[in-house]
Amino acid sequence: MELNAIYVIVAREIKKFIREKSRLISALARPLLWLFIVGAGISRLVPLEAGVPYTQFIYPGIIGMTILFSSILSSISIIWDKEFGFLKEILVAPVSRFSIVVGKALSGTIVSTIQASLILALFPFLGFQLTVLQILAVLCICASLSFCLSAFGIVLATFYDNYESFSVIMNFIIMPMFFLSGAMYPVKLLPDILKIVTKLNPLTYGIDALKHVIFPQGIGTMGPDFSVLTNIAVIALASLAFVLIAGKAFERKQ
Amino acid sequence: MPIIQVERLTKTFGTLVAVNDISFDVEEGMIFGFLGPNGAGKTTTISILCTLLSPTSGRTLIAGFDCMREPAKVRKSIGIVFQDTTLDKDLTAYENLVFHAYLYSLPKAERRERVDAVLRFVDLYDRKDDLVRKFSGGMKRRLEVARGLLHRPRVLFLDEPTLGLDPQSRSNLWEFITELPKKHNVTIFMTTHYMEEAEVCDRIAIIDHGKIIAMDSPEELKKMVGGDVVSITTTDNARARHDIEHLFRMNVAEKENALYVTCSRGDTCIPELIRTLGERVLSVRIQRPTLNDVFLKLTGKTIRDEEVSGNDSIRASIRAHRRR
Ligand SMILES: Nc1ncnc2c1ncn2[C@@H]1O[C@H](COP(=O)(O)OP(=O)(O)O)[C@@H](O)[C@H]1O
Ligand SMILES: [Mg+2]
Repeated sequence: MELNAIYVIVAREIKKFIREKSRLISALARPLLWLFIVGAGISRLVPLEAGVPYTQFIYPGIIGMTILFSSILSSISIIWDKEFGFLKEILVAPVSRFSIVVGKALSGTIVSTIQASLILALFPFLGFQLTVLQILAVLCICASLSFCLSAFGIVLATFYDNYESFSVIMNFIIMPMFFLSGAMYPVKLLPDILKIVTKLNPLTYGIDALKHVIFPQGIGTMGPDFSVLTNIAVIALASLAFVLIAGKAFERKQ
Repeated sequence: MPIIQVERLTKTFGTLVAVNDISFDVEEGMIFGFLGPNGAGKTTTISILCTLLSPTSGRTLIAGFDCMREPAKVRKSIGIVFQDTTLDKDLTAYENLVFHAYLYSLPKAERRERVDAVLRFVDLYDRKDDLVRKFSGGMKRRLEVARGLLHRPRVLFLDEPTLGLDPQSRSNLWEFITELPKKHNVTIFMTTHYMEEAEVCDRIAIIDHGKIIAMDSPEELKKMVGGDVVSITTTDNARARHDIEHLFRMNVAEKENALYVTCSRGDTCIPELIRTLGERVLSVRIQRPTLNDVFLKLTGKTIRDEEVSGNDSIRASIRAHRRR
């Protein structure tokens, strides 16, 4: 492992994140809108189940959404690096392609976990009572999910090399991933065909793991759809696969 | 052992042959120039040498390391200034260099010192904490050269280093580049499509349509054109012409009251002419062949540069716009 290289790739990203305050504000605006406007609206239509209002039900999903957007946006900044040439500076350096991918994925992980923990800090206002242990477990899940989705974002970025692709990724990848993740509705209530797609989505398992931690009492049909072990295994394997694919994709062009 | 060895290198993109079976060696410590029009295959060759692109066939070695089989060792041995800027404009000059220092694992104790030293060398130390987006084209180029030298490579690649610079910055940059081999103990591999600029090279390969069509020192290449043209005006052109033709056995052309003779070395030819013609000489002018003449002679066309990079600058401005 080339720690110097990984460190500096992460440091650059964090530095830029801190400098671009507007990025943080707009990144936080989205989950807040969903939580307090969309969530509050729908909660009038959806009856309480096991004492859990809809705004509480979607809370894990909104944390997942925060991670989804910020991880993928962080990783597809590689497309900008391609456009502006900076990626070449990294690729000609005597650094293994995997260190580059790990460095980029860790950048996304840190940025996303920070944003997710800001959303997590809202829990008292939503009527939750979480223990320290629960909070730590949520943060661990957030970090693993962030790594996985950031690595996925790097894989995406290797396929595209201009900014036009940005809206394609946004509309045809990120938004569907959000809707088909069990964030807004339990997976078990979906039609079969959508169920299949949902099960292929790594975000589903991250949100499901969050549901386990946030609703330890179980909340009937609104509760988790998979076992904790399945969730952890899928996220770990998917992360590994994405890192390997991305590393391969950064090899020399034919 | 030559520091760069290229053997029968070919690169095709689909049906297009971008680099067509070229071979050359570059000796350590020299400035080697790749001269050719747009689309000749210069950047493609550099991309292969710096391990970003795999060749279709052929072998390339840098400092004895195979670019395909030992890319990590090759990458350690080279510094590159790409045709298009590869700086992070949202970081300061200093941060760009520190990034590079970590990426190349420079020893911790030397990091700051070396970054400061290269910044001073390119005369940007006072601007080190400015964001790169505020820099002029010439400053960006100098910063990139500084970055390329930071890890003390054995070969520095410069792909069209003066592209898009104003004449003043261009000549400053050249002055600076010619000092590099001695000051930094580095071999320079540069490309350009500006003929005049290639004059600074110790050795030039002229490339067109992916083929090397001539390779030599600028002086030798220019001899291919047939030598210098000396033009003389005298008090009595007819007599002078007769004398030159008989005493020197040279062909003389007469045009607009001046006599033109072509000789391999104008600098030694002129004194002899003056000695022979004596008082009758009114004026002497020597016209040296340029690399443009060489290219013209070899290909029957001149290198023009108007199509260069217009595209790039439009794209750059679109990008700048989109980033808002
Ligand atoms: N990635 C690529 N795919 C297809 N064609 C390419 C690619 N890169 C370069 N070419 C083509 O190869 C030829 C040589 O290009 P290049 O090496 O950039 O020339 P130069 O640097 O001498 O201007 C050009 O015709 C160019 O269009
Ligand atoms: Mg080029």
